Amino acid sequence: MTVRFLLDDMMVELADVDPTATLLDHLRYRMRRTGTKEGCAEGDCGACTVLVGDLDSTRDAVTWRAVNACILFLPMLHGKALLTVESLAKGGVLTPLQTCMAENGSSQCGFCTPGFVMSLHGRSIGAVGHTLPVADVIAGNLCRCTGYGPILAAGESIGPEPHDDAALVARLKALAETDTVSGSFGNRKWFIPRNPAALADLLSEYPDARLVAGATDVGLWVTKGLQTIDTLVFLGDIPELARIEDTPEGLTIGATVRYADAHDAFARLHPDLGELTRRLGGLQIRNAGTIGGNIANGSPIGDGPPAFIALGATLTVRGVDGRRTMPLEDYFIAYGKQDLRPGEFVESLHIPRPGPHDIVHISKLTRRFDSDITAVCGALKLTVHDDKITNARVAFGGMAATPKRATGCEAALTNQPFTLATIQTAMDALRTDYAPLTDVRGSAPYRIEAAANLLLRLWYKSQGETVSVLDLESAGA
Amino acid sequence: MPDHAPKPSNPHDSARLHVTGAALYVDDVGEPGDMLHLAFGQSSEANARITAIDLAAVRAAPGIVAVFTAADIPGANNVSPVAKDDLLLADGEVLYVGQPVFLVAATSQRAARAAARLGTIYYEPRPASLTIDAARKAKSEIEPTQRMARGDAPAALVKAQHRLSGSFAMGGQDHFYLEGQVAIATRGEDGQVHILSSTQHPSEIQHLVAHMLDRNSADITVEVRRMGGAFGGKETQAAAFAAAAALVADTTGHPAKFRCDRDDDMIMTGKRHDFAVAYDVGYDDEGRLLALQLRLASRCGATVDLSPAINDRAMFHCDNCYWLPDVEILSERLKTNTVSATAFRGFGGPQGMLAIERIIDDVAAHLSRDPLEVRLANLYAPGRDTTPYGMTVADNIAPPLIAKLRRDARYDARRQDVDAFNARSPIIKKGLALTPVKFGISFTTTHLNQAGALVHVYADGSIQINHGGTEMGQGLHIKIAQIVADVFALPVSQVRITATRTDKVPNTSATAASSGADLNGMAAYNAAMTIRDRLTDFLKRTYDCDDIRFTPEGVVAGTERLTFRDLARKAHMGRISLSATGYYATPGIAYDRAAHKGRPFYYFAYGAALTEVAIDTLTGEHKVLAVDILHDVGRSLNPAIDIGQIEGGFLQGQGWLTTEQLVFDEHGRLLTHSPATYKIPTASDRPRHVTIALWDGANVEPTVNRSKAVGEPPFMLAIAVFSALTQAIAATAPDTRSLPPLDAPATPEAILRAIAGHRT
Repeated sequence: MTVRFLLDDMMVELADVDPTATLLDHLRYRMRRTGTKEGCAEGDCGACTVLVGDLDSTRDAVTWRAVNACILFLPMLHGKALLTVESLAKGGVLTPLQTCMAENGSSQCGFCTPGFVMSLHGRSIGAVGHTLPVADVIAGNLCRCTGYGPILAAGESIGPEPHDDAALVARLKALAETDTVSGSFGNRKWFIPRNPAALADLLSEYPDARLVAGATDVGLWVTKGLQTIDTLVFLGDIPELARIEDTPEGLTIGATVRYADAHDAFARLHPDLGELTRRLGGLQIRNAGTIGGNIANGSPIGDGPPAFIALGATLTVRGVDGRRTMPLEDYFIAYGKQDLRPGEFVESLHIPRPGPHDIVHISKLTRRFDSDITAVCGALKLTVHDDKITNARVAFGGMAATPKRATGCEAALTNQPFTLATIQTAMDALRTDYAPLTDVRGSAPYRIEAAANLLLRLWYKSQGETVSVLDLESAGA
Repeated sequence: MPDHAPKPSNPHDSARLHVTGAALYVDDVGEPGDMLHLAFGQSSEANARITAIDLAAVRAAPGIVAVFTAADIPGANNVSPVAKDDLLLADGEVLYVGQPVFLVAATSQRAARAAARLGTIYYEPRPASLTIDAARKAKSEIEPTQRMARGDAPAALVKAQHRLSGSFAMGGQDHFYLEGQVAIATRGEDGQVHILSSTQHPSEIQHLVAHMLDRNSADITVEVRRMGGAFGGKETQAAAFAAAAALVADTTGHPAKFRCDRDDDMIMTGKRHDFAVAYDVGYDDEGRLLALQLRLASRCGATVDLSPAINDRAMFHCDNCYWLPDVEILSERLKTNTVSATAFRGFGGPQGMLAIERIIDDVAAHLSRDPLEVRLANLYAPGRDTTPYGMTVADNIAPPLIAKLRRDARYDARRQDVDAFNARSPIIKKGLALTPVKFGISFTTTHLNQAGALVHVYADGSIQINHGGTEMGQGLHIKIAQIVADVFALPVSQVRITATRTDKVPNTSATAASSGADLNGMAAYNAAMTIRDRLTDFLKRTYDCDDIRFTPEGVVAGTERLTFRDLARKAHMGRISLSATGYYATPGIAYDRAAHKGRPFYYFAYGAALTEVAIDTLTGEHKVLAVDILHDVGRSLNPAIDIGQIEGGFLQGQGWLTTEQLVFDEHGRLLTHSPATYKIPTASDRPRHVTIALWDGANVEPTVNRSKAVGEPPFMLAIAVFSALTQAIAATAPDTRSLPPLDAPATPEAILRAIAGHRT
């Protein structure tokens, strides 16, 4: 099978594709489009940012998203449109953004610059996340020279850029597949199923196949682990798994919904969940990484899972024999071990909407606010009636081998008055709920202390105090 | 002498290429089909004798063309700047985890990296010293402890009204240039090798490769068009990759590229030195320092590299702007089984300067005085204007510069606001600090302060400039192009900037020590003036007049006016040489390293920053809210470029002191070897409020345009962040008259620990 995608106005057709060859290497070393740079080859610096376009759910418009080419496998581009930094200055005429950046000192060494250009160009053509503040749009782009000031100013000064995707819509429709696409490379195989039933069939035939949604994790197995993966099933083209159902009862999120696409719905469910999502990776990572992938890979930190658990989420997995639904916390059995049987895949997550008596607080503690993996992620949901806590759900990531509920802390809170004294008792209980590890992100004593303090943070917040440095007004002369 | 006309804020010469992706870095040059790709097999041990190396699996791996060990190197197995102790490939022993042991050449980068993991190295491990403490116990050092002193500090300590002692630690820093280490070598005829390298020091690579291949320097050419960031990390650290590529190209005849993976780069290349500081200080009621005994200790890593000069620069800067009457500075340079620490923007200066600023904060805390008042009480002043190494501070603008920033940025009012905020805010506390910078400009190794340039005027009036400096993003080339254009009163677009090449300008110093524009700019100026003088003589003879002027409207010779293009053509026809070299050596500097006395610096660059921060006392999270900077670049060679250096330097310094933490495990393995775990600042870490103003004043020394160096000094403006964080932590227990025990970097964990320490 040939991988086909549109680059500018050009159809690129690639036969015999290594299914884990990256777009970045292909651009740089096969097509000599060397404007897209490798800074880290692990999705953390944004020097390789490109824009990928796909038909949206109406199929009448193109959804553009900034992604990292360094961990994008070529089959993931099948049927899509691609823009690189070379796509922009047509006939040598710079875009207003490029002109501004060239004139205002946005580049020094210039190596990261194409990545910033692409992230900000995405913003000006209405790509996913374009309503975010500029600093959030470029949170996944690292610059070591400028201090970011001119780049932020350039982003602020550039408005929407007129563009017409009508012709592209037609060409993408012509490229669209209806059935499973498959290919082979030597004795390695890859598939792109189009519906959950086809996925279930593939998994029953190839139970050892590696499922790949955004490749934000698997990408590193290849670029850093130098692994060879024999059978891959790409999940990016299954519309039924990419749906968000937003109802008064709550959210049902398909497994392949990307974090960037869930952001608004999460923020409506609770502002803290929106803020957590904003800080989960850079935009390029949220444009690739999926809710299902974040759960399925069983990270002890997860970021999403502790919050979902505290909110009372349930997970549905599916195989050829049907579906199973379980409380999310039950899915995480132990480090590296999840309740997923051979042939099953994560299908969807349901998160109940917090009620008027629920106090929800979610915190992600990191060394750097943006695009950093969590040291401690804490989520609490207290149901309070008449100053009495009638129900408490407390879950943490980074505190155990899996995202885990704090049962002792929950017990110390439940059926107690909502007072500082109760909180302090619950903090003591929390300290015995977990025995975290010391690693590069934080020592065990820090994790314990900071986690316990998150209860105090909830308390002071409920009393109207400012409890985050991110909530301060700008200072200065 | 160059004129002092205001220089324009030309954008970076490559800016259009940067934003379109058209700027070519080493890895962007087209690859010949027979190019080989390289990777190092690395040591897994911190200190061990190698008993055997089995590379059978490496040689059998797919795509492998050649494998090299130390025995395969024809000449000197050496990639060090000075001490000859950095080997290209390990020979019989390894001294740190990640040390290159063997070299793989393969048909693809992936094949080379995969094969490099298949080697089996048999070790006989030895005890490793991984930390400053361990090396101190093992008496392991790269050179004897250095002493810089004046007066009798122990006696003055005893006599002082007040006395306190303290200690703290500061971490290292990875350069995290966005373009990793990379080089391409191509074999020419008759033993010649051409190397395209991302390096700050092409001449050094030329010389090292010549020795490694047993050739003459004249046989080796090193070329650098641009680097994707360097910050000191490509001063010595580029050599191993370039030498490896040269070895493979010379041996196999294939062009060879070494493009290092990011994680390997972070593991295998040197970083900023981490330091431990201990002090005993005597002072009076006003906080005036009367006596100081200061002990600096740094982790130099496994080899000497540039550590002697870096630690010297730490000593040179632990006065910062302050008069230290009786002072003794001891500097321990500890040899550890970790990757050799190396140059990084500031070159030891930041570590020395952070030490004295922390001492000032400590004195202020014990006196319950505003730290700024204590700073002001200690500034160099007439009669109190000699540094501990005996150099007179002849250009001391720190007092008026600080006063202006204090006024413009409303220090006093904002300090009251911060106090009021802290009184009503139980969880979030704010801190404010104003700290100055005085940074010595010149290589402290005196002979390095020289530069050369080559200017060609072509017969069509276009100009090509080449000089010994390298472009790493700092805007050196556009500054020098403007200097040359101004000599002929031409638009800067008339001047073509070319790649730095060892066959055009020989025997260059590294582009380092902030000296690039000072040295190379003056050399380029001298070269251009030589040509202008020839043209002037030619015009005088041709037109028989004495009034020759180069103006933007053309060249005026008496009553004649001609374009520069016409002049160039006429001069060529008149057989006038239109090519010239230029040379410059910094005057007036001399340093006696044995005594640690003399004038190591031509002049000082100054600056000051006022920062406001907030901390979360529950989590240790912090935010830098605001920074106001006033910085001295003399008469700027390019105000926009200079402001870019200031802003970027500040944020890089902020990263060093806050989010950037290097963690080694007990085996000596670096755990923070990727951007997933090593966190440089992102856009949102830049304070929302930033003002940067340039101090209005000329260099007292006759530098080019009376400008001052700008690369490194602004990095140290970020010390104000650390000081402000200390103040915010102090606000958690305002009645405690001691300094919160904060180490750098001020991670959330370090801040929470300091809060706990301050409250008890």
